[in-house]
Amino acid sequence: MAQDSSPSTTPPVDPYAEVPVDLKNRELALLLAWLLPGGGHLYQGRRGKGILFMVCILSTYFLGLSMGGGHVVYAKWDSEDKRLPFLCQVGVGAPALPALVQAFRVTRQQEPILIFGSPVMAPPVDTIQLDDWHREYGFLFEMGTLYTMIAGLLNILVMYDAFAGPVFMIPDSMRKKRAAQEANAPPNPSEAAPEATSPEASDPSSHASKSR
Amino acid sequence: MNTPLALFGILPGISLLLYAMPLIVVVSLVYAATRHEVWQPILKHALDTGIWITGFMGVVFVVLLFLGWGL
Repeated sequence: MAQDSSPSTTPPVDPYAEVPVDLKNRELALLLAWLLPGGGHLYQGRRGKGILFMVCILSTYFLGLSMGGGHVVYAKWDSEDKRLPFLCQVGVGAPALPALVQAFRVTRQQEPILIFGSPVMAPPVDTIQLDDWHREYGFLFEMGTLYTMIAGLLNILVMYDAFAGPVFMIPDSMRKKRAAQEANAPPNPSEAAPEATSPEASDPSSHASKSR
Repeated sequence: MNTPLALFGILPGISLLLYAMPLIVVVSLVYAATRHEVWQPILKHALDTGIWITGFMGVVFVVLLFLGWGL
């Protein structure tokens, strides 16, 4: 395809090219992203992604929580039960923190706080109660645990995105497509021109991650 | 029992795969959105990731099916 060399025309924009992102205060964005999924992005003004993260992660988390009747997220670490999934679930931030409050109260022999009339996120008193939950909810207890764990793990990706910006990369299908186009394209002598006009090269303050 | 009819034995459990659908959508979208900043590449990458995850699950399904064929 012939290229138009007139100065008034703009070159085609590559949608996969790196975009400078204003991350504002990175540490604050990281904290907000952990406390509320998408919160860090909303603080940075990246509303679309912030809302996407919030909807996706919170809906997954609360869907999983409801599958197990509010019992799949709890914190417990004793000789009977070491609740390792909570290490993943706590990645979702504030929505998982009531589990710590409930665990603190139960450990001190206090009644757990009732949320909507139920001791949501309270740890089981003993293994018999845990067995009862498994009998009552069946495979949904494990499925709910899985959903809430994945929500927490996904929020770690989101926290990294809020702290350091996106890890720009080209999807495999697009990479193969471009490689095929380059292989079929006729040799163009103008491609040998120096690439000194890169926007990243002229703006050192802009965020630029390496493409993979 | 080692006939293709044995495949019908998995039908009652197929509904469980419905629980994977929301996870595939959410994981694909969130993963893609942490790789790009604008919507067009995000959606394209999410579609690719969703197809990859589904294909991977399909391969695992076929492998497990053959491993359990003689059981």
